[in-house]
Amino acid sequence: MAKHRGRGVATINYPIGMNLGGDPSQALVHSNPSGKFTVSLSSIDLGQGMKSVTRQICAETLGVPVEDVYVDTADSDTGPHCMGSFASRGTHRVGNAVMSAAREARAVMMEAAAEELEVDAGDLVTDGSGNIHVKGAPQRKISVKDVAIAAQFRQGKTISGRGIFLVPLSDVDPETGEMSPATCYAHACMIVEVEVDDETGEVTVLKMSSAYELGRALNPKLVEQQLVGGAWMGMSHALYETPEPYYPDTRNGPTDFNEYVMPGPGDVCPHDIAVLERPAPDGPYGAKGPGEMCANPVLPAIANAIFAAVGVRIDELPITPEKVLRALRARGGPPPSARGR
Amino acid sequence: MLELRKDIFADERDDNLKEIGRPTPRQDILGHVTGASAYYDDHRFANLLHLKVLRSPHAHARIRSIDDSAAARAPGVKRIIRAADVPVNLNTLLSLIQFGKDDEPSLATDVVRYKGEPILAVVATSERAAHEALALVRISYDPLPAIFDVEEALKPGAPSVNPTYPKNTFEYYGKYDHQKLRYGDADAALAKCDVIVDQRYQMSPIEHAPTETNGSIAVPDTNGRFVVHTSTQALFFSLDTSAKINAMESNRLHFIGGTVGGGFGGKVDTLTEPLAILAARLTGAPVRYRLSRHEEMQFGSPRGAERIFVTDGAMKDGRIMARKVKAYFDSGAYTRLSSYAAVKCAAHIPGPYTIPNVYGDVYCVFTNRTPATAMRGFGVTALDFALECQMDKLAVAVGMDPIEFRILNAYRDGDMKAHRREAKNCALIECAQVAAEKANWPIREEFKRMSSRREGAAPAPYGTGAPAAAQKPAHATPQRIPYDRAGEAAARGTPAQPPPAPRPTSPPPPAAPPAGSGHGAARFSSVFGTRRR
Amino acid sequence: MKTPVQFSLNGEDVATFVEGGANLLDALRETVGDLTVKGGCWQGTCGVCTVLIDGAPRVACITLAESCAGRAIETVAGLRRGAELHPLQTAFMERFAAQCGYCTPGMLMAAKALLDRNPAPSREEVVDAIGGNICRCTGYEPIIEAILDASRSNSRRSA
Repeated sequence: MAKHRGRGVATINYPIGMNLGGDPSQALVHSNPSGKFTVSLSSIDLGQGMKSVTRQICAETLGVPVEDVYVDTADSDTGPHCMGSFASRGTHRVGNAVMSAAREARAVMMEAAAEELEVDAGDLVTDGSGNIHVKGAPQRKISVKDVAIAAQFRQGKTISGRGIFLVPLSDVDPETGEMSPATCYAHACMIVEVEVDDETGEVTVLKMSSAYELGRALNPKLVEQQLVGGAWMGMSHALYETPEPYYPDTRNGPTDFNEYVMPGPGDVCPHDIAVLERPAPDGPYGAKGPGEMCANPVLPAIANAIFAAVGVRIDELPITPEKVLRALRARGGPPPSARGR
Repeated sequence: MLELRKDIFADERDDNLKEIGRPTPRQDILGHVTGASAYYDDHRFANLLHLKVLRSPHAHARIRSIDDSAAARAPGVKRIIRAADVPVNLNTLLSLIQFGKDDEPSLATDVVRYKGEPILAVVATSERAAHEALALVRISYDPLPAIFDVEEALKPGAPSVNPTYPKNTFEYYGKYDHQKLRYGDADAALAKCDVIVDQRYQMSPIEHAPTETNGSIAVPDTNGRFVVHTSTQALFFSLDTSAKINAMESNRLHFIGGTVGGGFGGKVDTLTEPLAILAARLTGAPVRYRLSRHEEMQFGSPRGAERIFVTDGAMKDGRIMARKVKAYFDSGAYTRLSSYAAVKCAAHIPGPYTIPNVYGDVYCVFTNRTPATAMRGFGVTALDFALECQMDKLAVAVGMDPIEFRILNAYRDGDMKAHRREAKNCALIECAQVAAEKANWPIREEFKRMSSRREGAAPAPYGTGAPAAAQKPAHATPQRIPYDRAGEAAARGTPAQPPPAPRPTSPPPPAAPPAGSGHGAARFSSVFGTRRR
Repeated sequence: MKTPVQFSLNGEDVATFVEGGANLLDALRETVGDLTVKGGCWQGTCGVCTVLIDGAPRVACITLAESCAGRAIETVAGLRRGAELHPLQTAFMERFAAQCGYCTPGMLMAAKALLDRNPAPSREEVVDAIGGNICRCTGYEPIIEAILDASRSNSRRSA
């Protein structure tokens, strides 16, 4: 009749993009006559921030403020092909396509500016605040807006660009499984502390400490959204969820959220996160994508923490109180001293 | 809550960026907090009709007869759609990339293969009218034996679930019933190990449970086209699948979406658009097909259950010498994406560790339950659960700290991986070190000083979007940067720490491929076709 | 046979006709045209469709539309006063308390109901107030912090 604490760890990596590649995405970038840019995509924002991260990538590549960029998606008439938002591919594939398109648009913009200022395009830089000026001579400048007007109405240039990013499809050897699954991988270590009630079998998650290596945190708040939200989903998966509670028996499945249980706001715990950045050579500004991996390490870390707390191994998900109690009973009860760290 | 460890791998990055790295507010956040963000169902059309499907109450049954005459006459009903009305009534999502065979009907014809399989559709002036009409349909069934366990499904004599794959497994490369991974000699290595851990793991299905259910609205538009507002995660997958099932040219479809109330993988399958479009064609009216929560929960595809057997062998000094994994993906009655997951799972074995002998056998198995699909971590989540529980058990068996054990076996730059590719851009060790420090989990000094990078190795330059070329970096070749933030100078020049534990030796790299055949893997045209060549 | 029903929606009188047995969620979205209220389960268990009825949080999907006759209903469309956002909306933006955004309208209304009657809630009181609202994306922590931020905001407007 006691509560026992224990900590468990898991370390994982995660492949970025659709397995084996062959999953292209395209992007189009163009300026309106006022020097404001639109990114046209058919990519999907599920909440992971697709529109936001591509906006920042485009602005950085063009050299303009993010306020001057708008991402328009998804429309199959105006947005070129994108394979879709899944497999942690969005940031990597769509981000790279946007960079390609923005680079092409930027090159036209700089040529148009060079013509207006009567210099070589190679002598010009963007200041990131809406202007283009001669390197080392900021007073010799022109606004992006004026460049756009000049390009459109005097020079007859379109400040626009197209991009596609494709990792070529890999073969798979049927005998050995030799293959190229991904061009880069993200990494994580998750440490979870739990408390197990040996009378009810209930597991409470007390604290998470984690380190994620993501190539480049394009927007730290969006990264935090994924890592915190994903960790919650991992906890939910580990301890609560199933539409088939007696799998492989299909009976007595839940049909509403009263029966399909997920942890609520009172069940969340502090999560202390460190983000490391080892740029992927082929990632947009080195970025990989955390969208899926953020739930995975929590499941085994919880299982390992339960072992540290009460000395039982539950190898079946979800780890319900019934499973914990049955395991404790089979073991003859929890170990006399508190285990784990 | 979140700290950026800019000190680690600093020599591999140029952090001099303007918009990248800033916590810029989301482009859509104002729309979200004002209710202005428009999801698929936030578009209204005059004379909108509603589609609901009749679902099989049986896991496996032959349909003896259907009498929908009373339903057709019910108040508000504009049209009943039957299997024979569907122009192309057999499909698989990945046929769009030539992976697998068409095996799933939009509306069941003679046999139903999972409880909840759609049999016919009612299109009516309200959802209520559609439900009331469905209740008037008379169907008689002859129940058939059903199979629910993946290992039972593979036994000879088991009832066949899916006629396209009569042995209840997907076919790989036209000759195997599973995806293999063979690296080194795991059986021989296991025989020489000091410690063996042999375990079974089971992951139940789970639901994506986004707050917005799957749905779409198909609207007749100008020029013989249809506008489709959809919750899909993959606009062109859904468009092309809908075009195929409706036998329409793809440019007659105008798909609009992009703002979705949660997906997590559950909105890739194109569950509603094909029938919504067909209904719009047949009635000339806008039609919405929206899954109820009950439908989403029990009949929308779940993450598939997986059963995984892992046999690991390690030496007393902590090196894992062999790992064997046998995994069964429960695909449910139809393939959808599970066939692909099996390959991704095989690719993930043995996890981020350098193990010289690795075998994998991954099966995609059919059972009489709701077809499974991708979900966050697809092909990897259950395997990571199994492998990381194994790592913990192994650590106990060899008497090592669980984090030190993982650092010891972690892959490092230049290690050969089980699918015969060089490990690059690794960072598992650094993540373990940083998390341990965060959690005040003590690890020994020698493990704090280990690194994913080889001594003196030059890092690859990053991120212009081009694949990594073999360029020399502009800066000098860096030394291994110590993790220790106190700045001890051990990193530059000869390290003073004790040598790391002996590394597992890799088998010799595979023989050079014959000239002209790429990296030497055999072609397997029956699965991927020749579209890239 | 449809029934007329009149109520106040975000301070404006509206009148509409509903089918007998129609729920408030359908009435608001389909006949009145307020699409800011979202539907998640239509079973009363997820909280996505939370609206305020005479100041109390209610799930619109299992509220009979006809029972709202004469009542004051508030949805997220009425949170802002012209160009000025409600402190809760500002706090949700600043705290990144929305990802897919689908639970956000209902979550904001549940939070408003709390702050209208308890302007300085504890964390436990915030947790209790949103306990009936499912979020699948954020893990709740940024939402809790946003609501606490809004409660501390100096520019809180009077009702």
